[in-house]
Amino acid sequence: MKEEVKRQLLASDAYAEEDVSVAARLARGERVALIEVENLTKKFGDLVVLDDITEKVEQGEKVAIIGPSGSGKSTFLRCLNVLEDPTSGAVYFEGANLVDKKVDINLHRRRMGMVFQQFNLFNNMNVLKNITLAPVHIGLHDLRKTKAKNALLRFTNLFRSAANKKTLLPVQTSAKKIREDAKQNALRLLARIGLADKANVYPSTLSGGQRQRIAIVRALAMNPKVMLFDEPTSALDPEMVGEVLELIKELADEGMTMVIVTHEMGFAREVATRVLFMDGGKIQEQGTPQQIFGDPQNERLKDFLSKVL
Amino acid sequence: MWDSFYEQFITYDGYKLVLQGLQNTMVIALLGLVIGIVLGTIVAVIHVAGTRSKVARVFAAVGDVYTTIFRGTPIVVQLLVFHFVIFLPLKININGVWESVIVFGLNSGAYVSEIMRGGIQSVDVGQLEAGRTLGLSFTVTMLKVVFPQAVKNVVPTLGNELIAITKDTSVAGYVGTTDLTLAFSSLASNDYKIILPYIFLALVYLVIVIIFTVIIRVVERRLRKSERRS
Ligand SMILES: Nc1ncnc2c1ncn2[C@@H]1O[C@H](COP(=O)(O)OP(=O)(O)OP(=O)(O)O)[C@@H](O)[C@H]1O
Ligand SMILES: [Mg+2]
Repeated sequence: MKEEVKRQLLASDAYAEEDVSVAARLARGERVALIEVENLTKKFGDLVVLDDITEKVEQGEKVAIIGPSGSGKSTFLRCLNVLEDPTSGAVYFEGANLVDKKVDINLHRRRMGMVFQQFNLFNNMNVLKNITLAPVHIGLHDLRKTKAKNALLRFTNLFRSAANKKTLLPVQTSAKKIREDAKQNALRLLARIGLADKANVYPSTLSGGQRQRIAIVRALAMNPKVMLFDEPTSALDPEMVGEVLELIKELADEGMTMVIVTHEMGFAREVATRVLFMDGGKIQEQGTPQQIFGDPQNERLKDFLSKVL
Repeated sequence: MWDSFYEQFITYDGYKLVLQGLQNTMVIALLGLVIGIVLGTIVAVIHVAGTRSKVARVFAAVGDVYTTIFRGTPIVVQLLVFHFVIFLPLKININGVWESVIVFGLNSGAYVSEIMRGGIQSVDVGQLEAGRTLGLSFTVTMLKVVFPQAVKNVVPTLGNELIAITKDTSVAGYVGTTDLTLAFSSLASNDYKIILPYIFLALVYLVIVIIFTVIIRVVERRLRKSERRS
């Protein structure tokens, strides 16, 4: 009996001191969220833009970030794929700390789509090339790498006895197939947004709404696990906002995980599963759209909503 | 006047000297610019990438010293220094034309690096960011996205650089390279009638520059058209 009590005490002790940092949970083999941000701080010179933020995004969530101009929303979003290098803290994506310089960031960014306010389509390429550039380049790069490894294996196999020979890595694809697949996928995506006839035109000939929808499918062509949107409709003429939001909503309905910085409160209310209110570099309040818009607690949030609604 | 010039030019094979000079001038100007573009581009890219790592920062500093030196001293002085301080004492025995190509290439690289830097910076940073967020590396995004747009922006300025370097080659004679100027000068010094050779010399440079100007305009128009293509 005494032994039993002792064990319980020890267990509760251990529980009290259990390390809940992402690194420790990963080390224990515990589940972590798709994106986990830990004590994230970002300074531009002396200006503290993000102040020790800890937050996570679960698979399937649609997180809307709202807040006044200059509150750090864009910076927060850009830290999620380390487009902006955090001053301190960690950003875990699928269990890998992206802030760690040893991590191959390009590998992880392929799985995080990003859509900008200014579209940022490649001006020197037609629409099709815009969409296929990254898939083709990365496909060919991986193919070359596999082939190089195989060449090395073949060479080292020369010195191995018949029984010890290592098997070569499988190569099921070819440069031609990679190009063709990427093209077909791009055309399918363009057809989906009704712009199949624009495959060969340059971005400068398209409307803002068309450009933004193409920017979205360009990101989708990489089959991302999460999509990050930074005010995707703020640079659009009012009559084009609808078509872009419609596409984003479709993605949400298909189950895409997304983080979206937006000034479209109606959209946030309709699509988001969770809303974060940022101000002064901190997440001041968060909750369901019903809570945030229907029953705000934070004074600054109330003030903000009274201005934008 | 005409007779003696004709005599110099045709009878005494002066035209051969002038053709040799023309060839050397073109080689020095064109190859010099090619070297300048390659070198200048590398320096500019390193500079733009300069904040990314310590190694890049060191290279960027080296690039700054290089551009400062070559932009801060006259090209004639650079030629003389290379000829008398570097090539002669080290007993590097190369053809005067190649010596000029090297010096003009280094000189033009310093100017082109500034041009390219401006060209790269004129491309919206969003283009680079878009490439990076798709998982493309810095180098690949630079090569496939930023560069082609930067080059389009700097073609007019590079054209000016071509014209400038062509005229600058007229000092190659200081280290004994037979360029256009030296060729015509030696025609002149063979005779008291010095007026015509120098007038012709000026005309030849003028014609070359006009031809270059026309070519640059055509290239510019082509590039602009490709952007509007629908
Ligand atoms: N590269 C930078 N260098 C210096 N300061 C910056 C930089 N980027 C952003 N800032 C500053 O950081 C603060 C937060 O900027 P951020 O763009 O994240 O705000 P935001 O919430 O997205 O605003 P908005 O709604 O206007 O887009 C601002 O004060 C801005 O001036
Ligand atoms: Mg912003």
